[in-house]
Amino acid sequence: MSTEAVPAGAATTIGRTDHPAARVLIGRHHLRWWETLPWLAAAAFYFLFPDYLGFGTSLMITILFALSLDLALGYAGIITLGHAAFFGAGAYTVGLLAFHNIWTEPVTSLMLAGLAAAAVGLVSGLVLLRTQGLTLLMLTLCTMALLQEGANMAHDYTGGFDGLPSLDIAPVFGMFEFNPLYPDTQYLYTLAILFVCFVFLRTLVYSPFGQSLTGIRENLLRMHAIGAPVRHRLVICYTISAALAGIAGGLWAQTNAYVNLSALDLDRAATVLIILILGGYGRLYGAFVGAAAYMTLEHFLARIYPTAWQLGLGLLLVAVALYARNGLLGLSAVIWQRYRARRTTS
Amino acid sequence: MTELRLETRALSRRFGALVALQDFDFKLAAGARHALIGPNGAGKTTFINLLAGALPPSRGCVLLKGEDITDKKQAERVKLGIARTFQINRLFRGLSVLENVCMSVAERVGAAPTLFHPVGRRTDVIEESMHLLDMLKLAADAEHRVSELPYGRQRLVEIAIAIGSKPDVLLLDEPAAGVPSAESHIILDAMERLPERIAILIIEHDMDLVFRFAKRVTVMVGGALFAEGTPREIEDNPQVRAVYLGQADRG
Repeated sequence: MSTEAVPAGAATTIGRTDHPAARVLIGRHHLRWWETLPWLAAAAFYFLFPDYLGFGTSLMITILFALSLDLALGYAGIITLGHAAFFGAGAYTVGLLAFHNIWTEPVTSLMLAGLAAAAVGLVSGLVLLRTQGLTLLMLTLCTMALLQEGANMAHDYTGGFDGLPSLDIAPVFGMFEFNPLYPDTQYLYTLAILFVCFVFLRTLVYSPFGQSLTGIRENLLRMHAIGAPVRHRLVICYTISAALAGIAGGLWAQTNAYVNLSALDLDRAATVLIILILGGYGRLYGAFVGAAAYMTLEHFLARIYPTAWQLGLGLLLVAVALYARNGLLGLSAVIWQRYRARRTTS
Repeated sequence: MTELRLETRALSRRFGALVALQDFDFKLAAGARHALIGPNGAGKTTFINLLAGALPPSRGCVLLKGEDITDKKQAERVKLGIARTFQINRLFRGLSVLENVCMSVAERVGAAPTLFHPVGRRTDVIEESMHLLDMLKLAADAEHRVSELPYGRQRLVEIAIAIGSKPDVLLLDEPAAGVPSAESHIILDAMERLPERIAILIIEHDMDLVFRFAKRVTVMVGGALFAEGTPREIEDNPQVRAVYLGQADRG
């Protein structure tokens, strides 16, 4: 009965919005001081570790990929093990366009990568999102496997198993070249893209649409019962998530100057899922924390124990799964609350 | 005769060989306070699911204000003015009470598809949800997570979410289920504070609550109509007493 709806603004004068619960909702999207930390850290990293900019670049790409998964899995509760399908779709879009000298301008290539991945997300989403749970999980896995096999079989275009090496990417804005030895440009370019995508995603999850995705995750039946077009919302969410994953894949192809089948691998899809769970899903910053923790550990463990580095990671994951259900961010939130409670009681 | 809100004609539903509902004719008047009672397995919840559009009927039709809505999906029926609650809580457990209600209000006023404005910008949605919580005396819990509330209060949130859709017809599926009988007056109290214009159909096993709330009672047995009348008539009906009231202790 929308005719009986209170018109926008009309009721705001009555003054029930001063209730603490209402104030929480009204101010929830406001920027908090600690939200500047990742960006300050990224800027500091640039100056402090000039030798590790390649690592920093791939870290940021992983963060973007994990963020895209967070939208689908963490917010909307879409169980997927095939998110590398979109990463790969984006990577191959950039790769094919550059390798065959069709289009090498990086920013527009990334947009095309996002569009191509979104198209894959939309088409597969229309079919997959009719299902739930394990069926959905298997179907996302199948989609990814199909794409990977497709890329493998279309050898003439994609290079098959060998992939597309030595991609020629044009300078950013015609000025800043990608130099494999000094990845300054790659780092700053990736940082800028990550920032834009993050602002977009943050706006999205704090919107009523984002809230309704949370509603779908929390209680599907109830969302149907309040008249929400659930599947429609899920498909939109899945498509946006796919586009962001595609941009991450495109960045990966551009900054590495190659594409191969590993872009579409189960290994990649599983790793990003682990990263998101490690950091904490459904909270945006879990992607940052998870990716930083995972990749830093991987980096150092691989150095110390080149043969058995995965053992250390495995132990960490077991510990997180057992003792920190909401990931590292959830764990730190619990510790922070206990600390505050202790301070107020003493 | 008062205006009809909801009507079913020969409504039937089978689950394989099981006939859950058989040629059920039912009328719900505007502003009704109508109870549907019957033993377990009588088909009451199936009936609610058919009315809400969560299940398609095997046969028969559902009419809302004279218009045939049998083919309409659940979401469309909500927009036309049918809201329901669930026998077992279906809440957004991780969200605050206010957010739970905002979810349905935002859906009704068409705010939910908004992608690029924060939730906090829609103060109209928040304002209306707060007023709704005031009406159901839930405002004190507005900021609490639903999962932290006692069960009886959670049952009220169930009702609050349904009211957020501003329904003409409200289907309450055992609103007091799981609530200790000493606290069921809270549920009754809340139901009595709902706007009079809403036609309410309630399924309930708590006979005390049924006879205090309902102005009209329908008894259903084995998926079919058994008796209908005022609470007094139903109470005095010997057959009803035999099949149903006799089993329930009406203390």
